[in-house]
Amino acid sequence: MKYTEGPEIRDTKAPEGPIEGRWEKRKFSARLVNPANKRKLHVIVVGTGLAGGSAAATLGELGYNVTSFCYQDSPRRAHSIAAQGGINAAKNYRGDGDSIYRLFYDTVKGGDFRARESNVYRLAEVSVNIIDQAVAQGVPFAREYGGLLDTRSFGGAQVSRTFYARGQTGQQLLLGAYQALERQIAAGTVTMHTRHEMLDLIVSDGRARGVIVRDMVTGEIERHFADAVVLATGGYGNVFFLSTNAKGCNTTAIWRAHERGAYFANPCYTQIHPTCIPVSGEYQSKLTLMSESLRNDGRVWVPLKKNDTRAPGDIPEEERDYYLERIYPAFGNLVPRDIASRAAKNVCDEGRGVGPGGLGVFLDFRDAINRLGRDAVEKKYGNLFEMYERITGENPYDVPMRIYPAVHYTMGGLWVDYDLQSTIPGLFVIGEANFSDHGANRLGASALMQGLADGYFVLPTTIGDYLADGPFGDVDEEAVAEAEIKVRSKIERLMSVNGTRTPDSFHRELGKLMWDYCGMERTEESLRKALERIPELREEFWQNVKVTGTAEELNQVLEKAGRVADFFDLAELMCLDALVRTESCGGHFRAESQDADGEALRDDENFAHVSAWERTPDGPVLHKEPLEYEYVKMTQRSYK
Amino acid sequence: MNLTLKVWRQSGPSDKGRMVTYHVEDVSPDMSFLEMLDVLNERLILEGDDPVAFDHDCREGICGMCGMVINGVAHGEQRATTTCQLHMRHFEDGATITIEPWRAAPFPVVKDLVVDRSAFDRIIQAGGFVSVPAGSAPDAHSIPVRKEDADAAFDAATCIGCGACVAACPNGSASLFTAAKITHLSLLPQGQPERLSRAKAMVDQMDAEGFGGCTNTGECTAVCPKGIPLDAIAQMNSDYLKANSK
Amino acid sequence: MTATIERGSATAPVNSPKKAPARKRPGGFLGSSNGKKVVMAVTGAVMVLFLVAHMLGNLKIFFGRDSFNEYAHALRTLLEPIAPYRTLLTILEIVLVVSVVMHMWAAISLSRRASHARPVKYVAKKSQANGYATHIMRFGGVTILLFLIWHLLDLTFGVVNPEGVNSAPADRMISGFDASRWWVTLIYVVAVVMVGLHLRHGVWSAFQTLGWANRNRYRALRVTAAALSLVLVVGFLAPPLAITFGVIK
Repeated sequence: MKYTEGPEIRDTKAPEGPIEGRWEKRKFSARLVNPANKRKLHVIVVGTGLAGGSAAATLGELGYNVTSFCYQDSPRRAHSIAAQGGINAAKNYRGDGDSIYRLFYDTVKGGDFRARESNVYRLAEVSVNIIDQAVAQGVPFAREYGGLLDTRSFGGAQVSRTFYARGQTGQQLLLGAYQALERQIAAGTVTMHTRHEMLDLIVSDGRARGVIVRDMVTGEIERHFADAVVLATGGYGNVFFLSTNAKGCNTTAIWRAHERGAYFANPCYTQIHPTCIPVSGEYQSKLTLMSESLRNDGRVWVPLKKNDTRAPGDIPEEERDYYLERIYPAFGNLVPRDIASRAAKNVCDEGRGVGPGGLGVFLDFRDAINRLGRDAVEKKYGNLFEMYERITGENPYDVPMRIYPAVHYTMGGLWVDYDLQSTIPGLFVIGEANFSDHGANRLGASALMQGLADGYFVLPTTIGDYLADGPFGDVDEEAVAEAEIKVRSKIERLMSVNGTRTPDSFHRELGKLMWDYCGMERTEESLRKALERIPELREEFWQNVKVTGTAEELNQVLEKAGRVADFFDLAELMCLDALVRTESCGGHFRAESQDADGEALRDDENFAHVSAWERTPDGPVLHKEPLEYEYVKMTQRSYK
Repeated sequence: MNLTLKVWRQSGPSDKGRMVTYHVEDVSPDMSFLEMLDVLNERLILEGDDPVAFDHDCREGICGMCGMVINGVAHGEQRATTTCQLHMRHFEDGATITIEPWRAAPFPVVKDLVVDRSAFDRIIQAGGFVSVPAGSAPDAHSIPVRKEDADAAFDAATCIGCGACVAACPNGSASLFTAAKITHLSLLPQGQPERLSRAKAMVDQMDAEGFGGCTNTGECTAVCPKGIPLDAIAQMNSDYLKANSK
Repeated sequence: MTATIERGSATAPVNSPKKAPARKRPGGFLGSSNGKKVVMAVTGAVMVLFLVAHMLGNLKIFFGRDSFNEYAHALRTLLEPIAPYRTLLTILEIVLVVSVVMHMWAAISLSRRASHARPVKYVAKKSQANGYATHIMRFGGVTILLFLIWHLLDLTFGVVNPEGVNSAPADRMISGFDASRWWVTLIYVVAVVMVGLHLRHGVWSAFQTLGWANRNRYRALRVTAAALSLVLVVGFLAPPLAITFGVIK
């Protein structure tokens, strides 16, 4: 696939000066909107997860006229709800040496030096407000007997800064945001449209001015106009078909915005989570994550011998390879996600994997049960063990769990500046949908933090600076008509193919291809193969997909087909981005770029930049945003 | 495994609907219930039939989107399990399984097994929140909460809003759903200022939506995938009574 | 070309999200489902208290006909001469009639609400909660009402009693449950057991409705409800069975 390189891109919104003062400075310099004018300013928010829900609620509280959309039947169901582990915040309630600066430092380092310092510092700064906000909303975080909030250390952090609500932190935080949103709906500041899917962005006179959506119940194509559009539509991990994302998660909203001119940054950065329940058969429809906290007490191992089919209990201690403890003695089972995932892949590639297809490793609680007692283990992990047993039919108290890495999160997304504004004026992108603050690898318990930071605190301030120039007057009718025709013709095209394969079968094939060629380990050869195969498959899709029913009703096949169509285009860009970035960094591991021990090797000289892709009729254009590190010295990560 | 499915098919709100029988072959016991339906749907699409519409999203038991009455039990007979987490190993080979949507007037059928649960959102709108605009919160440690209260509040707060309680209740009551939110916020200091007005507004909205009244049969808590306890309803009743005696 | 599209609205037909149904609550608190439940609980409690007193009175028959007749007489002459004959009894009767009527009104109204809430029935439906008593409350209530009518005709008004209207209460009771009229005793037994089942759920349910139940008290409340029901069943069945089997003559 051909691409050209365009001019460099810069984030012009982050203030200069000491990093501690930048957000304060921006908050002050951002223009305010007269309270009387806010009602006249209309904002569309697409998506109702932690980022979108909190943003819509907060914008409503501020007095803007907000319209919100989600594809589910209720805003409460967005996939943020499935986050288990917790949310980081630099509260230092433990007095264990945590600070905003340390959270900032850990996040920049954890992101493998591919995130902006300014953004990450702000994230750490705002993290403390999130906890205050959530507690005030009645989020039932875990507490200690003294009545104060409990925290735990998570994902290899050396301080205890993760707040949690049993294994359902995402659910509780999302319900807090959802309730705030419902309060604004009742107050009339937010109009909610559920079961609506965004199918295009309306750009008029160079500004994002609205969306074309499909009412998924009636099939009606609707136009909605506004002075600014906020996309909070989550990540695109479902391009792999099997992932821990919800079945409905898709890339359509951000992809179609990309087609309208928004740059797509770092599409190849995907996070593979090490502790998921392995695939059990061909029919598998999604993968279930087991909280990373299990690695605090569980020990990861595989048999020393290849193709060892003995029951795990029959394998004596000396014939077990606790490979994480062996390779990374300092961090052991608690190495970051990307490292744990790749190590699992390596032992399975050696033929030492366990379970169906040899794609799994053991996560064993035998020693923890012996040391702490069954009751203590049950108290800590009981609900996770139950979940595991429900899915696999095996009891982890007796038989070690089997786990395998799975696609979990996408660090890439639409490019945004410090104000979270994309390259299309008036189009703001928040949460997982933007290319975010996580660099090339996200640390555990940081996704909830970022989604809520964007939605409650950052966007509501920065969007005001843009809206201060509004209202922006009439929308160009031709632009609207063009967008609507584009949407309608795409739907008509999908309905008219009437081939012999289901959308799901194409999705499965694309997913497998992406997992094999652009998954945990990428090579130039595999990526070139993928770039050859994807267009062929896409061609076949448009020739041979079968969509039943009509477009004027609830039609889940049509919805699926539209999303798969966009996944093809995205997959191609991901592979291209992965091919161009010949270094290894974070979640992106290029086999050609590793050190003598097989660890990821960054190439800071050539790749200390964000790759922002523009889509043009002549093919993709790459714009690089150089990354500079004033505060955290760039070092090679080492967890040995 | 080979199964016979009797599935409710209804093309839209105006259709009368009927039960349709399908045979599904080669079902793996490790499949989830929804994966079994995926298999049926893939076949129906290739045969040019309309696949069975059903709601689902996270498929890990937390979003609350899925839900069907399986052999007369909301989410199936496996306790504390959502439909998406129910696996086929709990069914016998050759079994006949009836699958119906949630049945309640406030949950009109949209299509097949898909129902409209927006009534739940409107109950939350009536008062299921703490009024605290972003940015106005005091430090999280300024109000300690007894661990017992925090834990009990959490138990109630785990409700996923799936609607199984309504589906199972012989009266079509939404009491457990409404009570779960009232109880969650009633047990926390943050929820006190709006406690009584919240209970009143939410219960009244529940009535206005057309849900039935509670007769304490306990069917709701028995099918609740999160095991929301029945005493949440007692808490709601108590708050509602207090709100009305003021 | 710039068009005349009004900013912030939509030109295509838009289904505006369903508005919340208007709040209609005829009769305020009593119109609400919870209010009706409270009516059920409170009127039920009044009737339970009456049943306890009634049962204690009935047991006087074991102390002889005179003892029972005196008790029946005392009920009518209590508060005399301050108030006229039968004052207290009349008040009690009024309270009871009001309770029965309101209990029935609330039950009928809740049951209508329930059937409106589920217009389409399930093809298959399986109960998951234990305790069939909870599912026969409405059926049980109707049965008890029918019995109550018979019971009043028999022992209060004596219309269907062999001793007739103008007889001593104890005579009516003993003749009424004579072994020759075993079927009357049988009806009575069935009805009293039905009352017991109704109360086992009803009493517990009242605690729950009035918001006194919580998970720490559940066991105690269920035991209380069951014990109270059992005591009432035994207390009410003792006199008729004793008469039928000739223990009391």
